[in-house]
Amino acid sequence: MTLDGVLAGVLDGLLAALVLAAAGWTLAAPAAFPATIGFVGFGLLLTLAWVRLGAPDVALTEAAIGTGATGVILLLAVVRLRGGEEEVSAATPGRALVLAAGLLAGAVGLALALAVLALPDPAPGLAAEAAARTAPLGLGNPVAAVLMVFRGLDTLLESVVLVFTVLAVWSMAPDRHWGGRPGPEFPRQDDGPLALLARLLPPVGLVIGIYIAWVGTDAPGGKFQGGTILAAMWVVAWAAGLVQAPSVADRRVRLMLVAGPLVFVLVGLAGFGIADGFLAYPPALAKPLILVIEAAMTLSVAAALALLIAGPPEHPPERVT
Amino acid sequence: MAEAPVLVALILAALVILASVAGGLWRVLRGPDPADRLMATQLLGTGGIAVLLLLGAATRQPALLDVALVLALLGAFASVAFVLASRLVGSR
Amino acid sequence: MSAVLAFLGLLAVAAGAGFFVAGTAGVIRFPDTPSRLHALTKADNLGLGLVVLGLLPFVPGWFFALKLLLVWALVLLSGATAAQLIAERVRGPEPPA
Repeated sequence: MTLDGVLAGVLDGLLAALVLAAAGWTLAAPAAFPATIGFVGFGLLLTLAWVRLGAPDVALTEAAIGTGATGVILLLAVVRLRGGEEEVSAATPGRALVLAAGLLAGAVGLALALAVLALPDPAPGLAAEAAARTAPLGLGNPVAAVLMVFRGLDTLLESVVLVFTVLAVWSMAPDRHWGGRPGPEFPRQDDGPLALLARLLPPVGLVIGIYIAWVGTDAPGGKFQGGTILAAMWVVAWAAGLVQAPSVADRRVRLMLVAGPLVFVLVGLAGFGIADGFLAYPPALAKPLILVIEAAMTLSVAAALALLIAGPPEHPPERVT
Repeated sequence: MAEAPVLVALILAALVILASVAGGLWRVLRGPDPADRLMATQLLGTGGIAVLLLLGAATRQPALLDVALVLALLGAFASVAFVLASRLVGSR
Repeated sequence: MSAVLAFLGLLAVAAGAGFFVAGTAGVIRFPDTPSRLHALTKADNLGLGLVVLGLLPFVPGWFFALKLLLVWALVLLSGATAAQLIAERVRGPEPPA
């Protein structure tokens, strides 16, 4: 074995140990804030692990969602749970239930590990077939071909789930706050480090977000990763008080939220006319149609994630005079 | 793949950086202030970016540069959010 | 790529790795939070900066070189902001000048 092979092996072993250690610490952390910080660290390590496993598409998703969106959603959840200690402890499962859940999760993990170890080498799969059928569609990234063509229905349903999650979060709002702006309101910062970041980062971030969404058909990237970056850039400006969240009753917001799934369904239905069924594309038009869906989906993912981070409306709507 | 001596050097550098920032995770365990834990994650983020860039150059995978770009864009985002969240807690 | 450039690049990468080791040692060993923050920002800015500079001779084209430099610039901007915000949290806001 060559020296670089040995070094890479050591790197992989260290990475695996670190991922497990970070996961263990996140579960054992003394309070919610440190646990959230541990979870963000876990996401960073997992990104590196996906890269070492040869899955840069998954690594990119983990980088965007694990370190960007999830950490912020969890932190704001921790803030909202403050002052509600009684409700929180009433909803916290008892020791026996925690133990049972742990045992169940451990058993599933063990069964999966045994199944993976029992696979012949190389493992059977459809990878070669998917890769062979990617190029005729005009796409360069087999992952995009699987997500948009071979398993398009799964992706369509996922995009609809995103709309439902936003509805679920909004439904947490008390009636008197309905129609208000989602989330806490941050004071406007005209000076200081946060104001600087909120003015410099979003222009660069918007370009990178659109780039990541655009290259998705030919290289690792795509609508979820790009949309998450766009949402994060809005959140930076929102947190500095430079922009306000739009009211949940705003029609433009709702349109943005459903634009992706709507375009997806319409293109899917068009498949009956121009190809041989729902979500089928004629090969010559496959790439442009997929790009249209991806563009609309990027908008919707960005809107959905930004709204998920902001949370339910926390103030009654302002009266229009 | 890069040529052998360069490849070994790049992977070795990645290994040293990963091991070093992993040592910083001791601060996540120890604290004492939440800010200390946060700093260790920030260090892990920057170290992770360096590891991605080194591995990307060693294995000639340009996509890793995009992953590093996303981490660079969102890495400090968690720290910023954390500070904001602790401000919100203070104001309630 | 000339051997001299490659050698210089690897030298910069090694120096960058050295800054990461030093920064981590500082984050672990320094006695109080502001000093640890100081150690962290050195690893952030110089460690990654030297790694980026050292990798420039190894990238396949100017577009990738630009992206490498952009990664560093982004870490400089957001790392500096985060450090300022953390310091503000630890020591209280600066009195107005």
